[in-house]
Order: sequence, then structure tokens, then C-alpha cells
Amino acid sequence: MRQTLAIFRKDLLIEWRTASRTVALMSFAFIVLLILSFAIGAESSALQLHAAAYIWIAVLLSSTLLLDRSFRVEVEAGALHSLLLGPVRPAALFFGKALANFVQLLFLGTITIPLVIVLCDATFQGQVWVMAVALILGTAGLAAPGTLYAAMIARLQGRQLMLPLLLFPLIVPVLVAAVKATSLAMLGDPMNQAEAWLVLLLCFNLIYWCLAGVLFGRVIES
Amino acid sequence: MSFRWETIAGLLGVGLVAWGHYNGLFVAPPEAMMGDVGRILYVHVPTAWVGLTTYLLAFIAAIGALWTGKVGWDALVEASVEVGVVLNGLLLFQGSIWAKPTWGVYWTWDPRLTTSAVMVVAFGAIVVLRRMIDQPSRRLTLSAVATIVAFVNVPITYMSVKWWKTLHQNFSSPETVSSTMVTPLRVAAFGMLFLMVWMVTTRWRIGVKRLGEEAAAADMPAPPSPLSLGGEE
Repeated sequence: MRQTLAIFRKDLLIEWRTASRTVALMSFAFIVLLILSFAIGAESSALQLHAAAYIWIAVLLSSTLLLDRSFRVEVEAGALHSLLLGPVRPAALFFGKALANFVQLLFLGTITIPLVIVLCDATFQGQVWVMAVALILGTAGLAAPGTLYAAMIARLQGRQLMLPLLLFPLIVPVLVAAVKATSLAMLGDPMNQAEAWLVLLLCFNLIYWCLAGVLFGRVIES
Repeated sequence: MSFRWETIAGLLGVGLVAWGHYNGLFVAPPEAMMGDVGRILYVHVPTAWVGLTTYLLAFIAAIGALWTGKVGWDALVEASVEVGVVLNGLLLFQGSIWAKPTWGVYWTWDPRLTTSAVMVVAFGAIVVLRRMIDQPSRRLTLSAVATIVAFVNVPITYMSVKWWKTLHQNFSSPETVSSTMVTPLRVAAFGMLFLMVWMVTTRWRIGVKRLGEEAAAADMPAPPSPLSLGGEE
């Protein structure tokens, strides 16, 4: 537990010290939203309708850059070996890293919300807590498998391509559920469906965090 | 060339598939609602069943590979993932051919279709991943982990997409199947299964040989590098 927290703090500190990269990542999410708005056109009703989808596309595309970086900083100077010799338990390393990625993704998701309000005229006709929980669970569901795969491909040549190729098919369920819940929070939820989607997201999270936590040890030792 | 048991499986597979399809195409009655288009059933359904079985085999092999670290399991992961992706690709292809005259579109967001599409990408990525890793032990571990995660993800994807769609519309195809149709279907399915066994085994033998040679080469001491010698002189 202490190791997990130490890794978590270390990763966030690295991000904090290299704030320019964080800003660049935020700009990337912003550009994705802009591009989507341009591609759809100026029809405000269509933009409003799909605002939830844009948030998650922006988060998803940015996440590949963010996750990739999370292990590149370890591999570049051979820090990963030192960490494992430390000795840091692989589970602690995974949960520390995954939590740090989760916090960053959540931050990224949160800052896209004012952007879609401005760009897409998004509204909140449903409950705000649904939106908040959907963001938390959705980004958590991305962070766990994302961290596992980032560790897997950290030492590969074509990792920029491999991460989305491996990760995106995997997180289709999370994407579906997160977009639906977010959309219900934005456009209103007359049938009270949002809770079912949130429960589904919670189940995915349990599965992904357990599975990734179990398998991570093997990945990092290889 | 010595005789191998999988040759029998292959021949048996070809025979059963041919017999099943002959009966399916010429003997069995046309499907009540879809007419002759429905006859794709005899190839499509076996492909789906056997495709999933192949992924199950890959999943089991992946657990075996992680557990033992043996080349044989690793080769089985490689073989079954590759054959599974081929069958899965065929499945999507056949499905689209069938869907156009039946539903009027090549593609629809049906849970099964969506799950198949996700599977082909997820397992296809594992084939690519294996090509990108040079170090044998790392390739074994990483592809096994990716296979396990991808397989576990199949039911989750299916469930989520089903839920996603059922909140919009109900998708159902009532299937009441007569025995004249069931027999050719079963025969064709077993034929496909034997073909799969033949393909996986043949691919597995190639894999064992290649991976074994690779491992043997890795065990040998590295030849002295001319660059490092040059520095001393």
C-alpha cells in the first residue's frame, strides 16, 4: 500500500514537473474536439446530440499518448529495473501507475466538459452526479487495461501503433457504457436508464482492475 | 514426408464439409422465411462455432504458456490465434453476404456482429504483436497475456453491446429448425472442426519448429562483435 502510494505520488510529480507536456496533452484533446466540430459542421443540434461521444473520443485519443508516456519515462533511463530491484512489488507498481493514469485521465475528461459546453452547446438536462460518476468510472475503466498494455508495449518499436490497436477493441464495452451514461446526463434521462449503465461500468471496472492486476506481474517481469 | 494424424483430420474435414454442404444445398428444404439465401447457414454457423472454439483453444494455450513457459504452448497460442482470426474474418465476410439480401444492409449493430468485429481486431492485434517482439520469452508472455485479456473481453463486449441495442430495439430471429436441416448443419460443423484441427496442428508444427530453432539460437553464446574487437586493437 505504501509502495502504491509512493509510485502514485512519483508519477503525478513527474507530470507536475513536466507541465508543458500536460498542457500539450490538453491542447490535443481540445484540437480533437475542434476537429470533430468541424467535421460535423455548424449544425448545433447535431453537435449537442453527440457531445457525450465527443468527450469520450477526445479522452480516448488523448489517453493513448498519456498511457504511452507513463511507461516510457520508466524504460528510457532503465528506471524500471531499478524500481523492480528496489524491491517494489509488481502489484504495487501496477496500482500506483494505474491510479496515477486514472487521475490524469479524469482531469483530462473534466476539462473537456467546459469545452464541449462552449463548442457544442452541451446542456445538462439529466443529473449532474450521473455525469460525474460516468467520468470517474469511465476513465478508471480506461486506466486499468491501458496501464497493462502500456507496460506490455513499452519496449517495442512500433508502440505508438500497437497501443491503440490492442487497447481500443478491449475498451469497447467501457466506451459504450460511458458514452451512454454521459449522454443521458446531458440530454436528460426520462426512463431512468443511467443507473443501469453505471452499474455496468462498475462491473467492467472490477473485471479489468482484477484481471490487469493479476497479469501485470508476468508482463513486467518479462 | 512422414504420415501425420492431422492429415486424417483434414481429409475427414473436407469430406464432412462436402457431404454436409451437398445435403444443405440440394437435399434440405429452403429456409421458410429467407428461402435459398438461408442456406448460408450451413457454412456460416459452423464457422462461428468453430471460430469461437479456436479462440477458446487459444485462451487455454495462453494459460498453459504462462504457466509452463514451454515453446509448445506458445506455438499453440500462435497457431490457434491465427486460425481463429482467419475463421473470424470469414465469418464477417459470410455474414455480410447474407445480411444484404436478408436485412437489406451489409452491416448492422447487432450484438453478435459487433462482438465478432471487435474480436477480429483484438486477436488480429495479437498476431501483429507477436511479429513485433524479437525476444522469445517476452513474446510468449505478452502474447499470452493479450490473448487471455482479449478472450475474457468477448462475453463482456457481447453483453454491453446487447444492452446498448436492446435499449433501442429488439433484435430477434426466430429459428425453428427441422431435422432435415439440423443433420447437414451438424455434419458441416464437425467437418469445419476437423478442418480447424488440421490447420491448427499444421500451423502448430511449423511454430514449434521455428520457435524451437529460435530458442536454440538464443542459447548459443553470441558471436564476438567485430565492432567491440575493433576498439581494442
